[in-house]
Amino acid sequence: MSTRLANSGRLIDRSKPVEFKFNGKRFKGYEGDTLASALFANDQMMVGRSFKYHRPRGVVASGAEEPNALFNMGEGGRFEPNQRATTQELFDGLTIRSQNHWPSLEFDIGAVNQLFARWLPAGFYYKMFIHPRPFWKHVYEPFIRQSAGLGQVPQEKDADTYEHFYYFCDVLVVGGGIAGLAAALKEGQAGKKVLLLEQTADFGGRAVVDGVEIDGKSAEAWVQDTLAALNAMPNVTVRNRNMASGVYDHGYVLGYERLTDHLSDKSGPRHRLWRIRAGHIITATGAIERPLSFAGNDIPGVLLAAAVRDYVVNWGVSVGDRTVVVTNNDDAYRTAIILKNAGLAVPAIIDARASGAGPIAAEVEKLGIRVLKGKAIAKVKGKTRVTGVKVCLQAGEGSVIEEIACDCVAMSGGWSPVVHLWSHCGGKLNWDEDLAMFRPDPSRAPTGADGKAFVSTVGSASGYLSTADVLKDAGLEVTTNEVAAAPLEPVWLMPQGAGPKLRMKAWLDYQNDVKVSDVQLAAREGYESVEHTKRYTTLGMATDQGKLSNINGLAILSKSLDASIPNVGTTTFRPPYTPISMGAITGAARDELFQPIHKTPMFDWHDANGADWEPVGHWRRTYAYVRNGETVHDAVNREILNVRENVGTLDASTLGKIIVKGPDAGKFLDMLYTNMMSTLGVGKCRYGLMCNENGFLSDDGVVVRLAEDTWLCHTTTGGADRIHGWMEDWLQCEWWDWKVYTANVTEQFAQIAVAGPKARQLLEKLGGNMDLSKEGFPFMTYVEGKLGEFDARIFRISFSGELSYEVSVPASQGAALWAALQEAGKDLGVMPYGTEAMHILRAEKGFIMIGDETDGTIIPQDLNLQWAISKKKEDYLGKRAQERSFMASPDRWKLVGLETLDGSVIPDGSYVPAPGYNPNGQRNVQGRVTSTYYSPTLKRGIAMGLVKHGPDRMGEVIEFNREDGTMVKAKIVDPVFYDKDGEKQNV
Amino acid sequence: MLLLQCPYCGVNAEETELAAGGEAHLKRATVGDSDEAFEGYLFMRENKKGVHLERWRHAYGCGKWFLAARDTATLEVFGTYPAQTTEPPADVTENIRAKYPDWSWKETA
Amino acid sequence: MRRYSVFAVAREGLRYHTGWERAWRSPQPKKKYDVIIVGAGGHGLATAYYLGKNYGITNVAIIEKGWLGGGNTGRNTTIIRSNYLQDPSAAIYDKALKLYENLSQDLNYNVMFSPRGLIMLAQTHHEVRGYQRTVMANQLQGVATEWVTPEQLKKLVPIINIHGPRYPVMGGLYQKRGGTARHDAVAWGYARACSDMGMDVIQQCEVKGVRTEGGKVVGVLTTKGDIDCDKLGMVVAGHTSVLAEMAGFRLPIESVALQALVSEPIKPCMDVVVMANTVHGYMSQSDKGEMVIGGGTDSFNNYTQRGSFHHIEETVRALVETFPMVSRLKMLRQWGGIVDMTGDRSPILSKTPVDGIFVNCGWGTGGFKAIPGSGWAMAELMAKGHSPLTQEFDMFRFREGKFIDESVAAGVAH
Repeated sequence: MSTRLANSGRLIDRSKPVEFKFNGKRFKGYEGDTLASALFANDQMMVGRSFKYHRPRGVVASGAEEPNALFNMGEGGRFEPNQRATTQELFDGLTIRSQNHWPSLEFDIGAVNQLFARWLPAGFYYKMFIHPRPFWKHVYEPFIRQSAGLGQVPQEKDADTYEHFYYFCDVLVVGGGIAGLAAALKEGQAGKKVLLLEQTADFGGRAVVDGVEIDGKSAEAWVQDTLAALNAMPNVTVRNRNMASGVYDHGYVLGYERLTDHLSDKSGPRHRLWRIRAGHIITATGAIERPLSFAGNDIPGVLLAAAVRDYVVNWGVSVGDRTVVVTNNDDAYRTAIILKNAGLAVPAIIDARASGAGPIAAEVEKLGIRVLKGKAIAKVKGKTRVTGVKVCLQAGEGSVIEEIACDCVAMSGGWSPVVHLWSHCGGKLNWDEDLAMFRPDPSRAPTGADGKAFVSTVGSASGYLSTADVLKDAGLEVTTNEVAAAPLEPVWLMPQGAGPKLRMKAWLDYQNDVKVSDVQLAAREGYESVEHTKRYTTLGMATDQGKLSNINGLAILSKSLDASIPNVGTTTFRPPYTPISMGAITGAARDELFQPIHKTPMFDWHDANGADWEPVGHWRRTYAYVRNGETVHDAVNREILNVRENVGTLDASTLGKIIVKGPDAGKFLDMLYTNMMSTLGVGKCRYGLMCNENGFLSDDGVVVRLAEDTWLCHTTTGGADRIHGWMEDWLQCEWWDWKVYTANVTEQFAQIAVAGPKARQLLEKLGGNMDLSKEGFPFMTYVEGKLGEFDARIFRISFSGELSYEVSVPASQGAALWAALQEAGKDLGVMPYGTEAMHILRAEKGFIMIGDETDGTIIPQDLNLQWAISKKKEDYLGKRAQERSFMASPDRWKLVGLETLDGSVIPDGSYVPAPGYNPNGQRNVQGRVTSTYYSPTLKRGIAMGLVKHGPDRMGEVIEFNREDGTMVKAKIVDPVFYDKDGEKQNV
Repeated sequence: MLLLQCPYCGVNAEETELAAGGEAHLKRATVGDSDEAFEGYLFMRENKKGVHLERWRHAYGCGKWFLAARDTATLEVFGTYPAQTTEPPADVTENIRAKYPDWSWKETA
Repeated sequence: MRRYSVFAVAREGLRYHTGWERAWRSPQPKKKYDVIIVGAGGHGLATAYYLGKNYGITNVAIIEKGWLGGGNTGRNTTIIRSNYLQDPSAAIYDKALKLYENLSQDLNYNVMFSPRGLIMLAQTHHEVRGYQRTVMANQLQGVATEWVTPEQLKKLVPIINIHGPRYPVMGGLYQKRGGTARHDAVAWGYARACSDMGMDVIQQCEVKGVRTEGGKVVGVLTTKGDIDCDKLGMVVAGHTSVLAEMAGFRLPIESVALQALVSEPIKPCMDVVVMANTVHGYMSQSDKGEMVIGGGTDSFNNYTQRGSFHHIEETVRALVETFPMVSRLKMLRQWGGIVDMTGDRSPILSKTPVDGIFVNCGWGTGGFKAIPGSGWAMAELMAKGHSPLTQEFDMFRFREGKFIDESVAAGVAH
């Protein structure tokens, strides 16, 4: 059984006990424990169930590579599924529940899958569940979905906050083991700005666990001294609990810092995502031990050899009283020594190599440990925990020689450098036959903006395994107490001749239940590419992304294909190194801060007066001002009638306002707009259309000539930045010799439309020094001066068809002017109106709306806007495009007005079918509605639409479709429904 | 996550400060040009796997448009230069040829 | 070909699955084929399959630079729908959807087509009108789709937040027949069926040149030697421009990176696929339990199959905004693919300036859902010289100013 040892545990503080809950049971641990070590201390061997067969699963590793020990952690708004026990530090009050079982961890119905395992090999679902057809959706798939999945679903909104952080450095060193510390020291001493990131809480990596001596002092002391030296350097920053999760192009790296995950106190941000730009990146990410593939290697109690000694040395827990070590290399002998020295039993070391270990063998012998050379594990005994192993010859097929009782198996199949970060941006690998590992190839490093290598590796990440070699790679020559190791012997299957029965029980991917037999099946069926095998078997696709399984699986695949490992190749390494929270990726940009909200100066007034808000681009606009007891629809109708009868005010501040100025400004605007702007008189306003180079209408608005060399261009709401960018594009990249300046002044001004028969009265009540009379201030002109106390520019333009003024004041005066208008207009019946009323008012007048009548495929000619296209100009943006055959076709749909026969409103988006069907069996169509409203003014439905040959078909009745399949009849009419002669706007 | 130096303000700009603008040195076709020429100008793109001359705007910086020579297969940047040029400058061409000795720009090939 | 069935699996189970034969052969190229398809992704394999099945043309090679299904077919977010606005799009995508519905039976390979329904959220008035227009257009196209209210939507997708402070959900466009399929299985199923018809799927074979004589194609130069053909189909999303250059013509295409990501697996919580185009993100849950998440494309020309992280940030933000629970999940893996985008964001299925060469490209971000329909139509085009399904997707449409623009219905086309 696993238990807490009486002493040892360099990371735990025995004076600080902590309590946590596992599946409702109270457990005890110490500060400094990981969840995994604390579970061992409480003899909790079984920690979960596998994905496919629901096999019992125990902790197999001690770090980020752990595939099994995943938990539902926390409660409510702090619940998180799939939390990895080996990297979760223990804190007081932590609660976890095990995953993927029903009804309980110990008794799981899903485990019945094991009985059928023989019929559920890799890819079985591609071959089954084909008939009968409806069964996949209704029977098979729901069952598969339910039994897959792992962790529970978070139910509540995230209670934590997250933040982002920028960092720039010359050199980023990833990994706080001895290699990383030495590299950081070297770079720091060279005067570079250095950032060192360590994913765990403490430093030193493997060296401190393995008890190595460096230049005569303990690795522990060496690490502390080096850390102290680094911390003393002003140009070096050292951070723990901060994992470099991904390397991106041009030296961009994400650091995933976990700030409160290890604390009971959850105040402050939970995670901080570092967005790092590094001149150079040194990965000192170490290596990960590989499991061995033997039958029953997935039974709880079978662990990586190095993990077993980590638990003893770091946390003072033993996984078992009797541990059998099984290995193909010398390193695992250290585990036996450490266990023995801790007073635990090691009945045997099973070494697959016939020649056994190097000098370390003598040390082991001295301790009286039995070494079985050339032997293998035929099978591990036990169901929910290890009870023993059956030993056989590695060279044979698995005939059992003897049985050894034990409660823990420590296995080592060799080491694989952690090459993820090296590979994220294309760093290439070489296969090292002797060490049986992929090592980074420095001559094929990832290259940056300058075409040069921007990532290098150091230490075990380069493939060096002894302390002296590791430090030498980092530029330090040291002496150590380590003895030379005998060569490793690649062992991909144990025993090498294992038959199908054993291979079906030899696990490669513990979480996804992929076995040696599955990879062999994939190879047999032609899924020869490593990518095919991965996807067919799901090898390496679990939450550990194959950190333990990929190389072993690859070796089995290459053997099955009779190909060499490098010829089969690896799958692509993709970020993140280990999963990072979506919360951290989101940062602070959530809820109100999700995207910036653009507010006009009058925003607060609107909000306090019943505004029904509508997002338009990043702006918020008032859809309607809803009064007590009103529906939104009622409010819109009231607002419209009030504009027609009295006077209304519209917050038009969101309209884009761009100043275009300079000797060539007129010439420039003539190119930009379809009509002439250079001929516009000073003080005059003109409606203009803009097209893109493809000929399609992109924006419209009123252009005002403010002075001889200055124009003010109004754009649609949300169009200002786009149009301003468009102008700059042409000025900087095409006509760079033209003398023109542009300035986007949209937010410098507040603008209010004052519309209705009493508009002039209302403005006159405010007083000021401007002549607002019909004669003194004619339609389509502008004046500038004092309106009451306000500095105003007033444009006499109308989008409603009524007498209308658009008053523009500095943004700082906007709120006051708005309030003054409401106050002064009380006895005139002034009311604010919103965007929907504006839309209907313009539709009643037959004015087009960008985004309604246009959709990016409409040219001005479609909307009968030929009057706004200058015939005199040689060129304007979009002109050439409009000459193309399809654009010039007389068969294009054209704008018309539509009047339903029964007065109803045509549904939004409705189409006009035409007789017959096209070759693809679709109903022919001849038109569609573009704007459709109930007009309170006319008390009936009105609409505009695009109809084939529409203007030639006045008076014809056509039919529009409804969602329920019925049709609505409408007559084609002139699109101007209200005040056709324009008398009202020109009074 | 590209880094491109803006040739106007000198800032080594983050990709998030920049807006991409597609192939550079396009010759505007217009009234009087053939349908084919106009199609070429508006749609037909080199789309090279390799050296790509392209437009960028330092949109959240100085606001200037500039041009870059970049490798679309490796993301190496051979140089950036002002938009007011009709062909890649000599130093940029030299940088490109250091990697691709036979490279020549379509217009000067 | 030995048929797959529950009985076959039962039988094989008794002998440790040692009797399964190869899903597809791995032949060396012959000297000449009637038709060569370049690109053994979904579209290329489907084209070959329907050439054989519908027109009896089986002397076909599908040649592939890497591994079959290793391009965008194996990198996408597996969404299937057909409720497109424009007639030509709705026609080809609905053809694809109908073929998907029976594909497992047709190929005798379970592609796990899962018509679990797909909703596109409307979060502005403009989007509401756009989708209502789609409903009306689809009705006349014979494509079943419907409008759902926020309340109905909440019932279909309990984890959604319809009262987001920034963009409340105002309704959605719901296609019940839409859903997902297992992307790899689509490629593998087609490859197995093609191989069974006697076609050669030749992997690890890169095309280095296109040979023409008198304006007509006669063969290709490859890393496995010269291969002759009468007709050549280019179906190599992402690399179309490179191949077209070998044949001496240009296309209205740019290659950009498109990224996606998955979360760690959790128990089932969302059966339908949800697309939120205002905020630029979409999400579904795979049968393994992973939340499969995608967003918009990167903005610059790129062939590296790596994207920029800020797009991932934007996408995840959009999803957290729409589904607050996502914040407590973890990103397991992110990846990228290279898509080719045309001038109107709609595909090209077309003859080319070279006699005998046909091109199928430009699917942008929406290719997976079209695979069977695209293959069906492309096969018809290659066999007969014309197809009603491909007619409007001609590569010369840009010259005439005739576009098929799907972005008019909403901000994002796919």
